[in-house]
Amino acid sequence: MKAAEVEEIQKKPKTRKTKSVEEEHPLEKWLRMDRMPHIWCSTCGIGTAVTCFIEAIKKTTLAREDICVVSGIGCSGRIAGYIKQDSFHTTHGRAIPFAVGLKLANPKLKVVVFSGDGDLSSIGGNHLIHTARRNLDITVLCINNFIYAMTGGQVAPTTPPTAIATTTPYGNYEHPFNLPALAAACGAVYVARWTALHVRRLTNSMAEALQKKGFSFVEIICPCTTLYARKNKLGSGLDLMKFYHDNSVIVNGADPREVDIQFQSEIKVGKFIDVDKPTYLDSYNTYMKTKLGDKFKPYGVTDEERQ
Amino acid sequence: MKADPAGVLTGVHYLDGDKACAEGGLAAGCRFFAGYPITPSTEVAERVSERFPYMGGMFIQMEDELASMAAILGGSWAGVKSMTVTSGPGFSLMMENIGLGAMLETPCVVVNVQRGGPSTGLPTLPGQADMMQARWGSHGDYRLIALSPNSPQECFDLTITAFNFSEKYRVPVLFMMDECVGHMTEKVVIPEADKIDLTERRYTKKKPGEYLPYAYGEDLIPDMAKAGDGHFFHVTGLTHDERGYPDMTWEMQEKCVHRLIDKIDKNVDEIFMIEEENMDKAEVVVISYGITSRVALRGIQLAEQAGMKNIGRMRLITVWPFPEKRIRELAKKVKAFVVPEMNYGQMVLEVERCAGGQCKTILVPHGGGTVHKPETIYQAIKEAYK
Ligand SMILES: Cc1ncc(C[n+]2csc(CCOP(=O)(O)OP(=O)(O)O)c2C)c(N)n1
Ligand code: SF4
Ligand SMILES: [Mg+2]
Repeated sequence: MKAAEVEEIQKKPKTRKTKSVEEEHPLEKWLRMDRMPHIWCSTCGIGTAVTCFIEAIKKTTLAREDICVVSGIGCSGRIAGYIKQDSFHTTHGRAIPFAVGLKLANPKLKVVVFSGDGDLSSIGGNHLIHTARRNLDITVLCINNFIYAMTGGQVAPTTPPTAIATTTPYGNYEHPFNLPALAAACGAVYVARWTALHVRRLTNSMAEALQKKGFSFVEIICPCTTLYARKNKLGSGLDLMKFYHDNSVIVNGADPREVDIQFQSEIKVGKFIDVDKPTYLDSYNTYMKTKLGDKFKPYGVTDEERQ
Repeated sequence: MKADPAGVLTGVHYLDGDKACAEGGLAAGCRFFAGYPITPSTEVAERVSERFPYMGGMFIQMEDELASMAAILGGSWAGVKSMTVTSGPGFSLMMENIGLGAMLETPCVVVNVQRGGPSTGLPTLPGQADMMQARWGSHGDYRLIALSPNSPQECFDLTITAFNFSEKYRVPVLFMMDECVGHMTEKVVIPEADKIDLTERRYTKKKPGEYLPYAYGEDLIPDMAKAGDGHFFHVTGLTHDERGYPDMTWEMQEKCVHRLIDKIDKNVDEIFMIEEENMDKAEVVVISYGITSRVALRGIQLAEQAGMKNIGRMRLITVWPFPEKRIRELAKKVKAFVVPEMNYGQMVLEVERCAGGQCKTILVPHGGGTVHKPETIYQAIKEAYK
């Protein structure tokens, strides 16, 4: 509102009709408002992660129409449905290979996989490790709520030992994945972890990941208040945020092998890996050029760039 | 539209069915291929991986068939004609995302060079026992198109048709070869690029902001958009409305899924391709497809030599959707259908259903591993003739 307008409204006696001013919600342009309200529980961390992602896009110089979002299945899998980009809600575990197809068929696209811990590391685990190995130029944002939320709170490959889930009613006795270590070991060139509390740092990290050439991976530790917190008597959403506040330590550059998470243990967050390595397409183009010479038609490179 | 000469290997070649299928894909304009090696289909992938670097295509050997199928859906949504090939267990692994392809209405071609099953079965030997899987393999209700070639030449020609159908009807098209056809070498004539007609995808002409991914007109087939064009569209495997938004109601289920079925069922006459011979006076009709159709021919010759002159021959080129109308018509006129197939009774169930008891239906089963003996088919014809 312009200052003059404000003055005008203030000048008017209270009984007189004032011109109502409707400001657009800051995310309105970026979300499918015609789908609100969303399905997520109040105090669920997924919404925060989505907000951070939109803010991250704004920080980059990427052309908006080039950004595609692909999700699998789960509470987190619903993300693609709410973000107003070309967005794909696929099958459980297959968001990454779907994204690989999008990216390779049109290398101009910036393809982002936004999905859950179970989706990406259990049923889709094979795709995670191989896409990282190939250093395929996509960004993977993983909502880790330590549980299969959508199906009602079953144990996940990320559930900390002793934590209760509906299929580990006496507590979890499996060894969980340390996702940053997994991504890094497989060849990701950018690996970071933040909690849903670290909105500013998470946003910056997402922006970095989006602009990183190669396979980037950001883990977002997210409260699932309805299932994980309730089953484990961890309190409300606010209590979880307080827990993150009191128990996360920022260790940028930490060895990913040392950032594993135990039940209600300290959570190491930060940017762990940021290295450079030829991407899948770079390797392909460079290698084939040396092998096939001028007969080779470089892929995803415009005629201009070729000259 | 005519084919891009970059992908067309014009000339007379001696190719096996697998390589001919690969060439058909390239001629059809396929420029994204994702696959996982499995006998007896691997040669298709090998051929593509060899040829793509010269024509600006992208081949990737994925980590498994689940990934291959998901990747070609992604490739297609990025606006590039995409295909994958597999056999046996690989086809089973692709099923879930074939369903996603049906639900998202994604054009793509899935080649299955059939081998003996179940399970690992007969990896290097032929079978035709995935025919019902091609029809019902993914969960839920949907319709796809499936074609069955019987020679390397047809592997080339029909792969192009498969792409054309997939673009026109926005469905995954299953290309149901078998090991024999895949591995037999014959003459394959590849025409000049300007003699190859391609059906192009119908993209929306709507401006960004106006496009609805699943709004459709009379032909029941929605216009498509591709990623990156600024439409900011959403698609989901959930039951969805015109906007592509989930709507979990029975009313929307009826609207959304029924159309997936209708858009194929209502166009059966355009999709089905059969080859027929000697139908006018036929008393017995031998119905077959793929490699078995070539063995059936010999069986018919034996019968003819033995004096049975009125034997009709029908070869299914389109297997799904099934040519129900034609079978019903014939059932009223003939004594019997004889159906040899390399399985223990799959397409015969359709023949029997459509015959509706109006004539006999005789299955000539074969477990696969080799083709039928022509004599077996001859015996069945003799039986039918009685
Ligand atoms: C093939 C297949 N198996 C199982 C399911 C059921 N399912 C839906 S969501 C889900 C777990 C999701 O967990 P996660 O990825 O962690 O997402 P969250 O709901 O926790 O955000 C499962 C098992 C499915 N949809 N598809
Ligand atoms: S169940 Fe858990 S993860 Fe799912 S929306 Fe609710 S709080 Fe979020
Ligand atoms: Mg989860």
